[in-house]
Amino acid sequence: MPPPAKQSNVRVVTLNIDGRDLSAREDETIIEVCRENQIPIPSLCYLEGLSVWGACRLCLVELAGQGRLLAACSTRVTEGMQIQTNTEKLQRYRRTIVELLFAERNHVCSVCVSNGHCELQYLAQKCGVDHVRVPYRQASYQVDSSHEMFRLDHDRCILCTRCVRVCDEIEGAHTWDVMGRGSDCRVITDMAQPWGDSDTCTSCGKCVQVCPTGALVKQGTSVGEMVKDQHFLPILARRRHAQ
Amino acid sequence: MSTPPKITVATTWLDGCSGCHMSFLDMDERLIELVQHVDIVYSPLVDTKTLPDRVDVGILEGSVSSEDDLEKALAFRKHCKILVSLGDCAVNGNVPAMRNHFKLSDVVDRAYRDTVTIQPQTPTQGVPALLSVVKPIHGVVGVDVFVPGCPPSADAIWYVLSELIAGRIPDPSSVTRFGA
Repeated sequence: MPPPAKQSNVRVVTLNIDGRDLSAREDETIIEVCRENQIPIPSLCYLEGLSVWGACRLCLVELAGQGRLLAACSTRVTEGMQIQTNTEKLQRYRRTIVELLFAERNHVCSVCVSNGHCELQYLAQKCGVDHVRVPYRQASYQVDSSHEMFRLDHDRCILCTRCVRVCDEIEGAHTWDVMGRGSDCRVITDMAQPWGDSDTCTSCGKCVQVCPTGALVKQGTSVGEMVKDQHFLPILARRRHAQ
Repeated sequence: MSTPPKITVATTWLDGCSGCHMSFLDMDERLIELVQHVDIVYSPLVDTKTLPDRVDVGILEGSVSSEDDLEKALAFRKHCKILVSLGDCAVNGNVPAMRNHFKLSDVVDRAYRDTVTIQPQTPTQGVPALLSVVKPIHGVVGVDVFVPGCPPSADAIWYVLSELIAGRIPDPSSVTRFGA
């Protein structure tokens, strides 16, 4: 499907990513240009069709002349940019980020309904995480099974907020939000009430489909059975933005 | 053509389900080829009762959950040149570590008192004391090779052993992952 009609006065810039000379529209972000050109950049919070969050830091890239790393999802391209997406330093940081996600909560892949279909698990393998070097926090988190169709397991939540954004921006219900800080931070439904008691939830299941891990799943699924389908998102997002 | 000397391998399971060892046996006919290159000097799969002084490769399945697990992990580290964490329990605690969210006394009561109707009692003799926190192997001793998976496939174990036999350190991420 073609992208929505855009204004013709957007300029084109040229830039260099991993030694390749590329051109892009100046209103594009680095991650969009990379995805268009099949340059792999890992990400967890970024999802095409949702607003940019910039929280997971997995898409950090190196920009020549810049001391700090930039998140590819939240940085627009500019003329003459020289970008490296997969240096040894970035690989080391990405591996550490994924390890910290595993250490923070309780992602027990072997007994997860999303086993084999999980973006975190996939990224761990891609980033060479064969073990976690920091001690596990071993903190206990709740499971909310009050919704008749879906289940929320905070143990497996990485706080990417895809659920919050899809519910607000695409479904228009804004059932989901975030409360608390640091390790107490968690996603909530309505005013931190059980999901099943929510007045605003339409049970559309978009949050479940965009969740990258086994945090939001369908009831009644067993180990490895939760396969998610995100094909609806770019289509609905285009229609939303066209309105 | 002279055959290269065999490498010695010791294995044992700590707090695991023995599934990783079963996956080891799933190498099937490749086990015949393996014994051309490997001497299994200590393992639940063989008769030897003591760990030899010097072993080339030590393979540990399961997490460290009891004093006995801890002793075995320390002994393997002391006597093995290369130590391999085999499977998710050894690598990240996996299912055994799920009890870490509860107090140890609550866990023991759940198993031996709350769910028992006749003469509930907590065994203290002939069983090793449980540690309060379940840890992966590398939480107590240094580990050289990590092979995640629940269990790692026979192919993954074959790859890891083949690399070790060839004198290389394998990269298991190319063949297995958490929960595989």
